[in-house]
Amino acid sequence: MKENTNEMILVFDSIPANEGLARVTAASFCTQLNPTLEEVADLKTAVSEAVTNCIIHGYEGKINKIEMKLQYHGNELYVHITDYGIGIADIEKAMEPMYTSKPDHERSGMGFTFMEAFMDEIRVESQPGKGTTVHMKKTIGRQG
Amino acid sequence: MQEMYKLEGTVLTVVLPQDVDHPVTDLVRRETDHIINQNYIRTIIFDFTHTEFMDSSGVGLLMGRYRAMGMRKESIRAAGVSRHIDRLLHLSGLHRYIEIQTAEEEEA
Repeated sequence: MKENTNEMILVFDSIPANEGLARVTAASFCTQLNPTLEEVADLKTAVSEAVTNCIIHGYEGKINKIEMKLQYHGNELYVHITDYGIGIADIEKAMEPMYTSKPDHERSGMGFTFMEAFMDEIRVESQPGKGTTVHMKKTIGRQG
Repeated sequence: MQEMYKLEGTVLTVVLPQDVDHPVTDLVRRETDHIINQNYIRTIIFDFTHTEFMDSSGVGLLMGRYRAMGMRKESIRAAGVSRHIDRLLHLSGLHRYIEIQTAEEEEA
């Protein structure tokens, strides 16, 4: 029997209004796996954090493209969010709770912490000057 | 739904919209700080009754207002908090500084 799989890619400008577009798209794609409300809320927060990072940190407010790729295999959902911005020199430091490179912007420094808390797995790939991709995975419908 | 501001004595209530994200928190921060600067406020209540979504920018908003209020204990309250938002407030450690009232408690 063929495994249940699906894939989509959304490319959008790095403007704050598109944070909502990205998380609603991800939530909608995920409904095909019959998620709980809690799982949808978790996914939306994780996507929002990743996209906000691209806008504020990756592109530092400049307009460029953000790419969000969504896939599922069975009940495993994969989210890949890419920017082609400044990149992260020290990924470990960036992922520390409360760390923010922009304290004057009143960021909470909790972005990666929330992504880690709400998804099962997260991996960050980055090259200074080239960009950053955040890979996240979450198994959906375990409680169902 | 738009955010709303109610001033009663020294208590400011900020009724937050459905989505509390980065663009929304920028607006709420500006408006709230303007009201704090113009009035004598001792407590800010952030009302989450209508809020379905929040991310770390909401945590930044609350943390920043706590600082703006002189880091006084109980100067900030969060009301009508859903389970998801309660988790965000605990994960970020904010529950140690602000008073949280969950939607379930309010119903009881």
